[in-house]
Amino acid sequence: MNLTNGKGSISTVTTTTVSMKSGEGSDQFPAGLRVLVVDDDPTCLKILEKMLRSCYYEVTQCNRAEAALSLLRENKNGFDIVISDVHMPDMDGFKLLEHIGLEMDLPVIMMSADDGKNVVMKGVTHGACDYLIKPVRMEALKNIWQHVVRKKKNDWKDSEQSGSADEGDRHPKASDDADYSSSANESNWRSSRKRRDDEEDGDDRDDSSTLKKPRVVWSVELHQQFVAAVDQLGIDKAVPKKILELMNVPGLTRENVASHLQKYRLYLRRLSGVSQHQNNSFLSPQEASFGTISSMNGLDLQTLAAAGQLPAQSLATLQAAGLGRSAVKSGLAMPLMDQRNLFSFENPRLRFGEGQQQLLSNNKTNLLHGVPTNMEPKQLANLHQSAAQSLGNLNMRVPGSSTQGNPLLMQMPQQSQPRGQMLSENISPRIPRLPNLLGQSTVSNGISDGLLGRNGIASSSRGPSFNSVQQSSMFFNSPMNQSTEMSVTNFPLGSTPGISSITTKGTFQPEVNSGIKGSAGFPSYDIFNELNHQKPRDWGMTNPGLTYDSSQHANPLHGNIDVSPSVLVHQGYSSTPQNGHNRDNSLIGKSPFSLGESSEQGHFQNGVQNFNPLVENSTRVIKSEIVPDASSQTSLFPDHYGQEDLMSVLLKQQEGIVQGENEFDFDGYSLDNIPV
Amino acid sequence: MEKNNHSHRQLVIMKQSLFDQGLLDEQFIQLEELQDEANPNFVEEIVTLYYRDSLRLISSIEQALKERNMLDFNKLDTLMHQFTGSSSSIGAKKVKAECNLFREYCSAVNIEGCMKSFHQLKKEYASLKKKLEAYFQLARQVGLSEAECHSK
Repeated sequence: MNLTNGKGSISTVTTTTVSMKSGEGSDQFPAGLRVLVVDDDPTCLKILEKMLRSCYYEVTQCNRAEAALSLLRENKNGFDIVISDVHMPDMDGFKLLEHIGLEMDLPVIMMSADDGKNVVMKGVTHGACDYLIKPVRMEALKNIWQHVVRKKKNDWKDSEQSGSADEGDRHPKASDDADYSSSANESNWRSSRKRRDDEEDGDDRDDSSTLKKPRVVWSVELHQQFVAAVDQLGIDKAVPKKILELMNVPGLTRENVASHLQKYRLYLRRLSGVSQHQNNSFLSPQEASFGTISSMNGLDLQTLAAAGQLPAQSLATLQAAGLGRSAVKSGLAMPLMDQRNLFSFENPRLRFGEGQQQLLSNNKTNLLHGVPTNMEPKQLANLHQSAAQSLGNLNMRVPGSSTQGNPLLMQMPQQSQPRGQMLSENISPRIPRLPNLLGQSTVSNGISDGLLGRNGIASSSRGPSFNSVQQSSMFFNSPMNQSTEMSVTNFPLGSTPGISSITTKGTFQPEVNSGIKGSAGFPSYDIFNELNHQKPRDWGMTNPGLTYDSSQHANPLHGNIDVSPSVLVHQGYSSTPQNGHNRDNSLIGKSPFSLGESSEQGHFQNGVQNFNPLVENSTRVIKSEIVPDASSQTSLFPDHYGQEDLMSVLLKQQEGIVQGENEFDFDGYSLDNIPV
Repeated sequence: MEKNNHSHRQLVIMKQSLFDQGLLDEQFIQLEELQDEANPNFVEEIVTLYYRDSLRLISSIEQALKERNMLDFNKLDTLMHQFTGSSSSIGAKKVKAECNLFREYCSAVNIEGCMKSFHQLKKEYASLKKKLEAYFQLARQVGLSEAECHSK
């Protein structure tokens, strides 16, 4: 086959062993191993190809990372292993590595002339199964098949283990169903796990020789479903079995889910590690917990709302940041949610406050839901802009790690609003960026349309493109579309009882999830969702946007955000005490909590507060870019607020608040500043 | 036959000298091992590809160095990193050493050092090219004569 691409991204497809479809015939293995080589240096590429062919491997060359990704996506089961250079012009090798790991679950070998410890370490942390130093020798390539075998073996084991482990963790006593009956998690899941491992090994041995286990291709849609299911369950409670049930995908086994879950967790952990750093910087000690999360979520949501398209990456970042393993992160999500809830329902503030926290912790993972999905760089870019605003804070850190690969991340910091809402210190208010994003991303269009509707966007975004995009759109759209439902769903705040219920429900508009994931603590969403109605969504991504969505939906974005400033203002005040707490991080995050706590205003305040940060961020974004979108943003607030009111408030906020918002103290600054 | 043997010996000597002078390293041998009946001129093709592609890098670096006192060291380092990878892939030992030296000057933000090192690098680069061209030419001759010999 000769895949000649005008762009020259894919040079050729060599078919040394065409017959090997599965990649490894047991009798010929490792001959016929299907290798994809990605390197922008034509000399190295050619040499590698020749070397690999002499090993009787089936080699495909690619000189651009994006092309490699699309090639992988088109041929989900077409490759067994990928070898990629670290330094590439269009995308950072590590970013590619992450994508491949999450979407296709293929072993990836990194290579570079750089043998510095840091770079090699990066490879390890990003999940590369090996790291080769250039110039690559024949001997090094001869044995790459071991990584394929090892991965398959581990997948089997992991799926079983993670399954039992998950169950064990979660139900130390409860014995899982049949699948894990042996794990008898109740008393000693470890031992049972060991037993299971032994059994697994036995099975593996039988299979490993042939390695015939069919590989499951985690398409964007499938991954989104997965993320949504995880969100729904709560990352801590997400057991492969339950995820499998929720996903309800025929042919998918628990093992597949388990291994994917493991990878996903690693991914989230990595993101949160980065984001956490970011968040922490902004949050004041006390608020740290809330703030971080809240801010993240808030920001995310806002950004999402504003951008309408949270790039998957942004979301991921947000999520990571939010989810970050820290409970704080989830806080972010919560604020958003809380806001919604507050407004829409009489959710006990306490609930928010506590719930949020809990949610925060629980939802850490949610943030990232869906982030990993295929985000094309361009789309990401778009998303970035929008997401950048809110996410900027969150992502500020993250980008550091993979600047190249993560356009969103990169952008976010830049875009972070000056308001200070942005969690990240790097937030440099750049509202103008948003317009770009919005303009660029198709998703954002949805938002600008006023509600592209979540449906509209959701569907479009849902596409293979990025989850984040969807989410962002969702984010924006949701509020609009949802006037009734706060599909917050994505926040897996399962853990928090009060909020969790709501949050999980939020199936916020699936689309949004991707983008919004940033706010881990979407507890508020859940609440909202419940109140409004939960839209079970396979968001998977706890998108801060969710909360926004709800509100947004309420206000058709068609530029009519008439959110009554008063409402917002009101909320802003009460939440002040708490908001201040959140301040840095994310306006969003805080609000929920503060709202909860300052019952005076009732949820409204909280919601508003939370919303403010978000709104601000988003408004900022919106403002600069698309007015209509702004309205959608305002809709972040609970539907019951009246999207129009919220919108107007938001819009106003945008105008005036920028400065004050950093505080998020909601001393009504945002609201106050809104020239009603 | 005689001529063949002579040319063949010459080829061997030439190659040995390239190694002795430190112009080539182990990687070159790896490339030669990849050469087979299906790709009899594989090494030459690779080297040709290298010189063609690296020309672009060289001119980019040259362009960047024109900034004189406002050098963008990061960019220079990135470009040189790419060039290092390529050069090491074909086994161009001395060229690679010059590349590393250049990068060291870059990180030390030493403009003079960068200029000097780049100048030296270009010299090594050109010198290697000439020598390899001669080598491949002889190799082709030997190959042809050997083929002739066998066919007789």
